[in-house]
Amino acid sequence: MNDQKNFVEIRHAQKSYGSLEVLKDISLTVERGQIVAIIGPSGSGKSTLLRAINDLDPLTGGEIFLDGVQVNKTLPHRQYEKHINEMRQQIGMVFQHFNLFPHMTARENVTMAPKMLKGLSKEQADALAEEQLEKVGMLDRIDYYPSRLSGGQKQRVAIARALAMKPKLMLFDEATSALDPELVDEVNMVMKKLAEEHMTMIIVTHEMDFAAAVCDRVLFMDQGVVVEEGPPEVVFRNPTKDRTKEFLRKHLAGAK
Amino acid sequence: MGLDFSVVPQYLDILLLGCAWTIGITLAAAVLSFFGGIMFAVAALYGPWIIRLPFRLIAWVFMGTPLLLQLFLIYFGLVQIGIDLPAFVAGIIGLGLHFAVYNSELIQTAILSVDKGQMEAARTVGLSRGQALRKVVIPQAVRAVIPPIGNNMIALLKDSALVSVIGVSELTLSAQRAIGATYRPFEFYLMAAAFYYVINLGMEWVVWRIERRISISR
Repeated sequence: MNDQKNFVEIRHAQKSYGSLEVLKDISLTVERGQIVAIIGPSGSGKSTLLRAINDLDPLTGGEIFLDGVQVNKTLPHRQYEKHINEMRQQIGMVFQHFNLFPHMTARENVTMAPKMLKGLSKEQADALAEEQLEKVGMLDRIDYYPSRLSGGQKQRVAIARALAMKPKLMLFDEATSALDPELVDEVNMVMKKLAEEHMTMIIVTHEMDFAAAVCDRVLFMDQGVVVEEGPPEVVFRNPTKDRTKEFLRKHLAGAK
Repeated sequence: MGLDFSVVPQYLDILLLGCAWTIGITLAAAVLSFFGGIMFAVAALYGPWIIRLPFRLIAWVFMGTPLLLQLFLIYFGLVQIGIDLPAFVAGIIGLGLHFAVYNSELIQTAILSVDKGQMEAARTVGLSRGQALRKVVIPQAVRAVIPPIGNNMIALLKDSALVSVIGVSELTLSAQRAIGATYRPFEFYLMAAAFYYVINLGMEWVVWRIERRISISR
């Protein structure tokens, strides 16, 4: 076990597409059990940073550590694939557009990876599916296909799917942005519940109220850099940087 | 002299045996073309060049030359290099590979049109690319192209008549044999056509059942 202070550690993350630099030397640590929100205008690099943590969008420079193990190690291709697949099992991710597997029921969505990767028996897998779907309040839809679920229900199944691998860290990439307003709460409730269970979470969001209520820390990103970070009450109430003030003014005005 | 179907019943057993061969060869070739099509598609999209190149070549040969010629090559040509296949095996391989190439084109397009979030979601829970393809991407791609693959399979059934020329006693050759004995081409070719049509209906029904099962499960 590693020092709990830097459970997740990002060191000098840098990413560019040709001459376009989308992440400029970002460093960040997250303690075990902490919940960090990343906010910022679109194109600020917040999703790219999140997707770099499990190497979906590999960095062009810098290092990422989870619980003392470097995620983006330099290894020969074959070894790297094995390593990254193991790392990803420990990092759950929830997407804006759910990305549930449409040809599988809720149960199969949840159990597919644990069955394949951890060799669970049918009984163990069923118990796992029930446990995880219960947690997100979807047990009554366990044998439904995604096409018969609402957006909020799909997202809750997607969260259960990620949790089924028993991850150490959960990443949320605008998990509620694609939902109808009346469906946002049910997903937020699930995320709150995870927070109460001290799941370490990094959340990219547009929902300032939720970030303020649930998160321990807020990062404001713009143009590939972290402009400001701190506890939500400081960043939201007394931002020190002009860019943060301007973003919050626009965003909070837009929300009303 | 008009049509006289009274000679038909006497040769019905030959025709039915021919039907059995046609159905057997068609089913075997259909299975080969389906799984071969998936293999070709994956090789063409994800294989290293050393695999992609020969597959490209095979696809080009099978799409660019007549099926009849391909059957001749497999049955008569391969003997010369010591591969002596029974005629029906040569027929199944020829038909199977020929339609595998066509199925592969469909499946490739379908794989590319599966939302890339599907691959991402599969990778984030820890699946390798191969596992993600097998469990997530390919099943969705194949479901999407069941109807056009079904059309290919009906074309395959009709093209199975070509294996009569390498001496497989399927429906067309059986009809020809009956004609040889009776000099009644019109009657027996019409009978063969009717049998093909009935087998065709059966295949359409099977494709429809598969389609329906898939659409219910979504």
